[in-house]
Amino acid sequence: MATVAEVTVRTGRRAELGLLALTVLIAVAARGLVDYHADYLVISDMLVYTGAWVAVALAIHLALRRWAPFADPVLVPAVLTINGIGLAMIRRIDFAYAARGRETDFGQVQAVWTLLGISLAILVILLLRDYKLLRRFTYTAGVLGLVGLLLPLLPGIGTQINGARIWINVFGKSLQPGEFAKIAFVVFFAGYLVSNRDTLALAGPKVLGMRFPRPRDLGPLALVWVAAMLVQIYERDLGTSLLLFGIFVAMLYVATEQLSWVLTGMAMFTVGAVAAGAFFSHVGARYTAWLHALDPEVYRSGQSEQLVRGLFGMASGGLFGTGLGEGRPDLVPYAESDFIVASIGEELGLTGLLAILTLYIVIVQRAMRTAIGIRHGFGKLLSAGLGFAIGLQVFIVVGGVTRVIPLTGLTTPFLAYGGSSMLANWIVIGLLLRISHQARRPEESSA
Amino acid sequence: MSQLSITLLRMGFLVLLWAMVLSAIAVLRADLYGTRITSRGRGREARPAPAEKTAAPSRAGTGIRTGSISTKAPSNAHLSVTAGPLKGTTIPLGSAPVLVGRASTCTLVIDDDYCSAKHCRVYLDATTWMVEDLGSTNGTYLGNQKVTDPVPFREGDVIRIGATALELRR
Repeated sequence: MATVAEVTVRTGRRAELGLLALTVLIAVAARGLVDYHADYLVISDMLVYTGAWVAVALAIHLALRRWAPFADPVLVPAVLTINGIGLAMIRRIDFAYAARGRETDFGQVQAVWTLLGISLAILVILLLRDYKLLRRFTYTAGVLGLVGLLLPLLPGIGTQINGARIWINVFGKSLQPGEFAKIAFVVFFAGYLVSNRDTLALAGPKVLGMRFPRPRDLGPLALVWVAAMLVQIYERDLGTSLLLFGIFVAMLYVATEQLSWVLTGMAMFTVGAVAAGAFFSHVGARYTAWLHALDPEVYRSGQSEQLVRGLFGMASGGLFGTGLGEGRPDLVPYAESDFIVASIGEELGLTGLLAILTLYIVIVQRAMRTAIGIRHGFGKLLSAGLGFAIGLQVFIVVGGVTRVIPLTGLTTPFLAYGGSSMLANWIVIGLLLRISHQARRPEESSA
Repeated sequence: MSQLSITLLRMGFLVLLWAMVLSAIAVLRADLYGTRITSRGRGREARPAPAEKTAAPSRAGTGIRTGSISTKAPSNAHLSVTAGPLKGTTIPLGSAPVLVGRASTCTLVIDDDYCSAKHCRVYLDATTWMVEDLGSTNGTYLGNQKVTDPVPFREGDVIRIGATALELRR
């Protein structure tokens, strides 16, 4: 026999401070190693970099103490660690490109995006005092998400890069509105499902012992979803469509607890994937590159070259990696963005890559824990949806690079070079921090 | 720099990275389970009173969530949930009344369609515990009797609210 009592909630802010100290140490050490191996180690630069990291870590820590004291203590250090390693790795790839005569400043640009992203997260915590406010914008979020997906199709601001039309030009910078649409869709799904989950779960015909919903309950959801999928197919953005579809199925499952949804989703996905492979040549090419990556014919035609070079890079890294700055990650095309996972696998080895993947698991786990802890249905769905989005995105990227699933173009959150992804994912973290504050607070306020 | 020190730096960085991962997991280990399980036999008296600072100012009246009632209760009486979704939960009874209902401000929050926002109240009247229905829609039952006015709630009695059963134990 045992008695069960709820434990006292600790804010965990002090633990967070300790973890942040480790985080800063890791970020600075990574940069130091990169600079050292590039024969570029300047002590004054390192001091400035260290100072900047301490300032950023303290800023977000103090902001949390002030505006969300019960927010999850592990989330920020985990994200910042990944981000810091990403910054060092991108800088390292800059050096590698420079050695081959290609001048890039991805590292500098990414540092600016990181600062902007963290500011946005703090802004979210500051401005959004109660996440439940988002529920009022359920349908607005749905429309915004669709508009975000459609923007790249508009002539004038839409740009096509490498065969996918998913960028827009804003002030000379290219942005990927799809990354932000992801958040809008999670808000929309959460708001819609929390109002309609009972009708979705309980009304409707029963087939093979599983209950399927009535079409009219499913209407708005299906509409948004089909529209999103069509746009994605038209823009040739496989990664984002896979991500949105996964979020959609996962949130339906969280909302209704009906296994039928997962099975239906999987069936739809299988049919869609096979059909897409048969009808669209660019999808078919991805399948070939995935299944026959090491076939000399496929490699020579260039279809699987990037993938195979990434695999060779990771293989040369082995268990413990070549060491930061000691490998040749620049041999893989897009080593700083799509294939940053392969670059890290090469230089930090399986050990380092697994550490980073574990940090992602920690982030997802915190989101799920928040979903369990919060009482409000909308908060549960929102938190679970956002957490699942990060987890699935990491799976799609890492799975693609390691040849578990076909390669699709998606960014690794917080790690890969890319402004939109950085900003959008920091907004996600801001939202998660706000929700977790409300979940862990000992008593709900009357508001 | 020698090959040895380069290897040391390389391994040192990986060790640092895993130190970070493991300490993050250590921080959240305590949080993995939302409830603390204490063995009944050795008793809750044996457990040292929670000395750590409670995260929020003490909120008497919302006992279970801050634990403020449990440590100060003179008697050993507690409410045990013996059926329903919260089965296994115990609420120590102190001098402050215990409010049961669906609202989040209640001491015991029952998420049940048959439970009203503020369903019933268990309070100490001099020396006996009383249970009072707070105008709930579906009623509170003491044994098989529907509770209308406050009635004494004795040790071993069971109140039923929807699918939940609460028993008074000492």
